[in-house]
Amino acid sequence: MKPFTYERASSPAAAAAAVARTPGAKFIAGGTNLLDLMKLEIETPTHLIDVQELKLDKIEPTQDGGLRVGAFVSNTALASDARVRRDYGVLSRAIVAGASGQLRNKATTAGNLLQRTRCPYFYDTNQACNKRKPGSGCAALGGYSRQLGIIGTSDACIATYPGDMAVAMRLLDAQIETINPTGQSRTIPIADFHKLPGTTPHVENALQRGELITAVTLPKPLGGTHTYRKVRDRASYAYALVSVAAIVQPDGSGRVAIGGIAPRPWRVDAADAQLRNGSKAVVAPLLAGARPTEDNAFKVPLVERTLAAVLAETRA
Amino acid sequence: MKDSGSPEISRRGILAGGAAAVAATHVPLADAQTATRSGLKPTLAKVEMTVNGKREAMELDTRTTLLDALREHLHLIGTKKGCDHGQCGACTVMVDGKRINSCLSLAVMHQGDKITTIEGLGTPDKLHPMQAAFIKHDGYQCGYCTPGQICSAVAVIEEIRAGVPSHVTGDLNAKTPISNAEMRERMSGNICRCGAYSNILEAMTEVAETRA
Amino acid sequence: MKFTTPAGQNPIDQGKVVGKPHDRIDGKFKTTGTAPYAYERHDVVANPAYGYIVHAAIAKGRIGAMHLAEAKAAPGVITIVTAAEAGKLTKGDFNTAMLLGGPEIQHYHQAIAIVVAETFEQARAAANLVRVDYERGKGRFDLDEALKTAPLKGADSGEGSKAPPVDRVGDFEGAFAKAAVKLDARYTTPDHSHAMMEPHASLARWDGDKLTVWTSNQMIAWGKGDVAKTLGIPKENVRLISPYVGGGFGGKLFVRTDAIMAALGARAAGRPVKVALARPMMFNNTTHRPATTQRIRIGTDRSGKITAIAHESGSGDLPGGGPETAVSQTKLLYAGANRMTSMRLAVLDLPEGNAMRAPGEAPGLMALEIAMDEMAEKLGMDPIAFRIANDTQVDPEKPERRFSQRQLIKALQDGAKAFGWDKRNAKPAQVRDGKWLIGMGVAAGFRNNMNMKSGAKVSIDRKGIVTVYTDMTDIGTGSYTIIAQTAAEMMGVDMDRVVVRLGDSDSPVSSGSGGQWGANSSTAGVYAACVKLREAVAQKLGFNSGDVEFADGKVRSGNRSVALAEAAGDAGLTAEDTIDYGDLAKTYQQSTFAGHFVEVGVDMYTGEVRIRRMLAVCAAGRILNPKSARSQVIGAMTMGVGSALMEELAVDKRFGFFVNHDLAQYEVPVHADIPYQEVIFLEETDPTTSPMKAKGVGELGLCGVGAAIANAAYNATGIRIRDYPVTLDKMLDKMPPVA
Repeated sequence: MKPFTYERASSPAAAAAAVARTPGAKFIAGGTNLLDLMKLEIETPTHLIDVQELKLDKIEPTQDGGLRVGAFVSNTALASDARVRRDYGVLSRAIVAGASGQLRNKATTAGNLLQRTRCPYFYDTNQACNKRKPGSGCAALGGYSRQLGIIGTSDACIATYPGDMAVAMRLLDAQIETINPTGQSRTIPIADFHKLPGTTPHVENALQRGELITAVTLPKPLGGTHTYRKVRDRASYAYALVSVAAIVQPDGSGRVAIGGIAPRPWRVDAADAQLRNGSKAVVAPLLAGARPTEDNAFKVPLVERTLAAVLAETRA
Repeated sequence: MKDSGSPEISRRGILAGGAAAVAATHVPLADAQTATRSGLKPTLAKVEMTVNGKREAMELDTRTTLLDALREHLHLIGTKKGCDHGQCGACTVMVDGKRINSCLSLAVMHQGDKITTIEGLGTPDKLHPMQAAFIKHDGYQCGYCTPGQICSAVAVIEEIRAGVPSHVTGDLNAKTPISNAEMRERMSGNICRCGAYSNILEAMTEVAETRA
Repeated sequence: MKFTTPAGQNPIDQGKVVGKPHDRIDGKFKTTGTAPYAYERHDVVANPAYGYIVHAAIAKGRIGAMHLAEAKAAPGVITIVTAAEAGKLTKGDFNTAMLLGGPEIQHYHQAIAIVVAETFEQARAAANLVRVDYERGKGRFDLDEALKTAPLKGADSGEGSKAPPVDRVGDFEGAFAKAAVKLDARYTTPDHSHAMMEPHASLARWDGDKLTVWTSNQMIAWGKGDVAKTLGIPKENVRLISPYVGGGFGGKLFVRTDAIMAALGARAAGRPVKVALARPMMFNNTTHRPATTQRIRIGTDRSGKITAIAHESGSGDLPGGGPETAVSQTKLLYAGANRMTSMRLAVLDLPEGNAMRAPGEAPGLMALEIAMDEMAEKLGMDPIAFRIANDTQVDPEKPERRFSQRQLIKALQDGAKAFGWDKRNAKPAQVRDGKWLIGMGVAAGFRNNMNMKSGAKVSIDRKGIVTVYTDMTDIGTGSYTIIAQTAAEMMGVDMDRVVVRLGDSDSPVSSGSGGQWGANSSTAGVYAACVKLREAVAQKLGFNSGDVEFADGKVRSGNRSVALAEAAGDAGLTAEDTIDYGDLAKTYQQSTFAGHFVEVGVDMYTGEVRIRRMLAVCAAGRILNPKSARSQVIGAMTMGVGSALMEELAVDKRFGFFVNHDLAQYEVPVHADIPYQEVIFLEETDPTTSPMKAKGVGELGLCGVGAAIANAAYNATGIRIRDYPVTLDKMLDKMPPVA
């Protein structure tokens, strides 16, 4: 880990300005992913701005009947909130499907959105990785790729976004609120937040330098039956091979988002439209253009079968 | 991406072949930008926290994790380093009553916090009920993950009582029972390679029932 | 004490302390965080410097140049030691690759330097500033490819499992050709990692030319010898201290780079240095259980009697390494007149393969016991009945050798009853519970018993406290407690009057912990020392040693009774002895047996396999402490779940390394994977093994579990997976369609 200087931010705007001003500066909140990567020198900030104390830890109702979740609400607090459990069950379920109790106590809403990939070649600094070191190549191509992406990937990168929470947020069409170094706020729909790798896999999200996530807003409750089904080799404390977030209405309509298969939570409008027609009908538009590797080709049928399980459970 | 014929595939092919064909290769141990000499100087920062009821003031390299502050600076060796990356749970401590992985937290970020480690739960002469239950049910073997398991076990029972949901919780809007399945799921962030899980659950069940 | 004839009645048979489920005597330290492990010895060395190891970035080749200037100039750095500075190092007797590489690189993440600095943070940062130019060499990383030309190779695991290159009895080919029912199937097991929770760690201090290493090691005497040999210093100048070992499973049988690098770093720095391996580097730096490719052929007559059985295995290792002895149990487990086993060893440039819990049997039974399940199905026989029909009470290769004890049939029958085997539907894929396809599986467990020479010193002080000194280790096995129980039984004192000091090379050399030999051997050594001590007490008191009784803290002879404390006197009494073995293990085949029973659920949609119930019935001689022995068995069963369902070191065959090299990517079982586990020990004492009449049990618990799980998954789904681990990606395309 490279040495770094450390300061506690006094306000969101000041924090954003400080990162923009200081080369090599980064925000730190829960730190559960950043410190992990700093120990391996995959992340090498020279200055850390601690944003934990910014009081962005409230969950409040919005005017249009939704919820505004402060950026630094912990995963545990968000999953435990009575309103989230009642109205956004899929979010609560997705969060508790991830990581461990200890990690969820530290991990934050904003930090979890920014969680970086778990591609083993990204994690091994001896190996080529376009995400870690642009232009160095991708050792995962032709390598061990069982966990990696089948869709939305590129010839430069086949890594996945590894988290669970964001899959539910994508399903809910959450909005991400930010503040930039000049003190201006903006709202980014989660659909636009995580970037596909293309030729620039190191660009992972829509944030500009110094831009700080301040909140995530959830639209007003959608009703329906909420499910989050995570498939993995061991029963807990593992990243998804595939996960399915779904909300199904009594009339059979609804929406689905998939985790574990793409560089971002994967959702396709045309697939949602097929929900009443069963898993096979959904998967055709959902996974159109998928380019799995030999190692992870099983994820294609696994998505369909997991979706079938979710739909069956919803009907039951 | 098999047979896609992408240039990367063929380039990888060449690279792999290149590896087979004795070539001089420069492989940096880490591809971080080479730090300047001045950029390497450690930064010291002061932090004060309460550990097991005792005020502790330290001046630490900012890079020091809470785990290393406890083990190397305060000599509280009960908190273990199993992986240093949040993948095993051996370093579990409680901060203001909530369990965390102390390896993935900087010490300087705990200004004013109340930390409870295994040493704060009980001592060989005055065991915490969970420690006593672990001994009675042989909920450990090599002992290395044990302090983390015990800290987690104590916190898990409180988390269930507080109504924090888990992956196996049936009805999100009902009171969560202290069941075997709930405890197993919640303890899953604490790996025990010796495989004492079944016994740990027996110990936790006894403590949960006694205190219910 | 030389143990040459079967044990008669002795004080251990009283069973007042030995055989009781005593809580572990080290429990209050382990549960309060006050048991110090190697990296934590603030109590013995006040201010050590911190070492951080630099690891090779290539699997095979040479270091062209190392650029150390930047790292040396980094803040806090005291010294850097590479192979160039280390002086002559000699590979240890128990190592296959050098523990400090360079200029030649033998495997990925081989240690190539240690950076010593004032703090951990400084050492780690400076290690990342070491720049290395490599010349990549051509490496061999593909086991299947390498096995095509690999030679036959025999081996002895050193842990109770051995086989010659080819072993033939009768005419296998002829009998197999004529067999009425036959199976010819291939099975694979992947590379496995020990993944013990305490990373390899050492603290080294030089006092002149004397070296003390506080370390984490299962075999103190081996370690002392190899530290001396590696560094080229006299053995008597080395002391190893390892009172607590945070798990080993074979990964800490041998000296590893942490000990050598700490010693080299401390010598160069002129002060004590401590080193722990970083978890992401452990998987490629240390040893692993090698992958195997196995072919099993079984032929039977119509009644299900085996007439021909062959087991062939191929594995790989670095040059100079050995094969995984996966065929050895097949020489002994089932009857059959015509037999063949063979092993091939391919040279691979992957990290060093070596012993991991039950080397040989663990992967061997994963294959053999699926094969037995497949054969039973072909025959239309219940898999338990098929095994019972082919039981043997003698070594099938040498019928004049009987098993000293063999309760496999009872283990299977009692297990079947306790588990409710009669409720199993023999036809696969018939039982449903909601979305779960339910199946039951069984496998035989088999592991040889090993006896190792083992010494101890036992003293009584004037307060009557009995203290045992031995270099034996407790790696979670319960050695502290069973040694205390042995001494308490022998000397007639309560457990709280016994102190046990382990893991110090200044104490008598013991069996150490490996190959499930530790419990029986080390307690037998304590028994021997206690016999001597009893004689010394009797002699001092002028008692006739023939009728002396040690009980309740007193020594009695006829109508005379003296307190042990008084007998010891102010000077105390001490005796030392070593148990050594004659030919009983040659005369009798000493083995341990188990019946493993598993019920799984397979998610009909996703193919996820989850364990619902597990039972092991074990026959393993006298169980010295049923509580800690049970823990050994459930722990092994848990490891068996890992190898059956999730564990696999993924090989990058292009670059030659294990890709999933941390605890997030190499998945081992977690709490949620493991339900309540049941263990039944069959009543057994084996007088041929030692005066303790005990055998090993810690590895038996693993042997066969993986196959029982795979067989249960087959019973649940009708899908036979012969390539471990049994993961959903191998099932999905054969699962029934879902809508």
